[in-house]
Amino acid sequence: MKPLLELRHIRIELPTRRGTLLAVDDVSFTIGEGEVLGVVGESGAGKSITAAAIIGLLEPPLRLAGGEILLDGARIDNLPPDAFRRIRGKQIGAIFQDPLTSLNPLYTIGRQLVETIRTHLPLGDKAATARAVELLQEVGIPGAAERFNAYPHQFSGGMRQRVVIALALAANPRLIVADEPTTALDVSTQAQIIALLKRLCRDHGTAVMLVTHDMGVIAETADRVAVMYAGRVAEIGPVRQVVKHPQHPYTVGLMGSIPSIGDTLERLPQIDGAMPRLGSIPPGCAFNPRCPKVMERCRVDRPDLLKAHATEAACWLHASISPGEAARG
Amino acid sequence: MLAFILRRIFQAAVVLVAVASIAGLLFPYVGDPIGCLLGQDARPDQIRELRGALGLDRPFYVQFWHFLSNAVQGEFGLSLRQGAKVSRLIGERLPATLELSFVAAILALGAGIPMGVYAALRRGSFLSQLFMTLSLLGVSLPVFLIGILLILVFSVTLGWFPSFGRGQTVDLGWWTSGLLTRDGWHHIVLPALTLAIFQLTLILRLVRSEMLEVLRTDYIKFARARGLTNRAVHFGHALKNTLVPVITITGVQVGSIIAFAVITETVFQWPGMGLMFIQAVSYADIPVMSAYLVLVALFFVIISLVVDLLYYLVDPRLRMQRGGGGHGR
Repeated sequence: MKPLLELRHIRIELPTRRGTLLAVDDVSFTIGEGEVLGVVGESGAGKSITAAAIIGLLEPPLRLAGGEILLDGARIDNLPPDAFRRIRGKQIGAIFQDPLTSLNPLYTIGRQLVETIRTHLPLGDKAATARAVELLQEVGIPGAAERFNAYPHQFSGGMRQRVVIALALAANPRLIVADEPTTALDVSTQAQIIALLKRLCRDHGTAVMLVTHDMGVIAETADRVAVMYAGRVAEIGPVRQVVKHPQHPYTVGLMGSIPSIGDTLERLPQIDGAMPRLGSIPPGCAFNPRCPKVMERCRVDRPDLLKAHATEAACWLHASISPGEAARG
Repeated sequence: MLAFILRRIFQAAVVLVAVASIAGLLFPYVGDPIGCLLGQDARPDQIRELRGALGLDRPFYVQFWHFLSNAVQGEFGLSLRQGAKVSRLIGERLPATLELSFVAAILALGAGIPMGVYAALRRGSFLSQLFMTLSLLGVSLPVFLIGILLILVFSVTLGWFPSFGRGQTVDLGWWTSGLLTRDGWHHIVLPALTLAIFQLTLILRLVRSEMLEVLRTDYIKFARARGLTNRAVHFGHALKNTLVPVITITGVQVGSIIAFAVITETVFQWPGMGLMFIQAVSYADIPVMSAYLVLVALFFVIISLVVDLLYYLVDPRLRMQRGGGGHGR
């Protein structure tokens, strides 16, 4: 399967007064046509920043310092601003975390939809309005035609996120970057929104990069999952494999800390310590101070993604070559 | 909506009566007009006679009641100094002040808003830095100094504009206008500029900071993520959201332009109400002073009503609350 989106060795820097920090360090992955890639990790692991880089909206002073982003095999990261703008919305849609603040409070949702549609598609006002109402129906807004002229504050959070999804789908993009689309919603609404997103993307053949820290959502929705830790991909692979047979000690810890109904444990297992701050990432593997299986090599050498059974993990446990050779190379 | 307007008009009436009462209560303390009118070598019987003619020998509460009941009918009696009806005097002076304020307000808004928007969008550019530096001057220099400096440069040194008076005016019967002749325009430039500079810089700084605030919001980020053009994002979405605070401040400022034209009118010998008020103060011309106070209060009340109505025009959230609840504020 030819990848729709490809990230090659992405580096994102955060210049500060005390030197430049690496927010995202050498991240590579692909998303296939119609595929759902889940991206999980703790806050600060670099997931949202990676998502922002893909839609070309890194907020200064953050900057893309290296690597390439390819859409359909063509680089997009070096496009001039206006050319990149044409891709946003048209090829790559976006959904943000908080539906309450994603919509402009002063305009009707209809206006915001029509405006988006007309920016990207050669439609007249009438046709764009018709399409907007259709989209609202599709995302499950009851009485779409009547609510077309309603303002964002007249909708509940879940309904607003539906409107946001309609906006993201307005020009039929091929990829949607959803940055924690359900975090701000209550649990029952979360499930509805995820189900809606899943259904719509399947119907339209839209690929999704789903950023979240909710493993449950990932397990239910994603085809593949990338686990991020301290600005790097720790493990990436098919969702079943990563959940059932995690290969990176961090992923193992992450999965272990999810309670399940049948558990009889007194305490949930947890990973000791906390993810290092950007300025103090240790040499070698960033996870080594917390890793239960830490080896001498982990404190010196930084592992790249290595083949590990059905997934790929950035961990020396899966090194087929001996430590001595790698140190010399 | 109608109930809202009626309630506001009732509130306005209460405010006006309160201002009139305060103005009336101040009378005994602002000085004795008799001394000014008759001079130092007046005989006691002359003084007694004039006191009786003007009704100043009656007890204070009688005078106050007399004033208040007349004021409610819009009647402020005769000017002590000029012997003419106060309403006629104000009728002569009002057009000059209103025209000056109007031109100054247009200048302040017409230049202040675009400069503020520019300074926010091109933050850090040379021109923005220049605007911000100059605006600091505008905010901190006192009005009379600006007026005198402008006269020094443009009247005395360069000789481009006249330094005092209104120039040639056209009498329309109920309104004398200086805006219909070249000479009138020529005369209004410097005083209008003087009056506008402080307001202009205030609006510039306000628009800039509000705009920067709005540009950071999620809905602007989402508008960009939808691929809207910069123009649509900046002027369609961001600018409108900065308007509510700008309207508030502008309303108050336009009120002060009218009320505090006093200084500018004195510097430029502009034959408006401010100048009339200053002259009235030096002669303890009580009827003129109180009429001026009530008139200024009237302007403020009208402007704040207009400002409130503009809120409803701009912000649908306020409109809905009114439409839905019907009460409460």
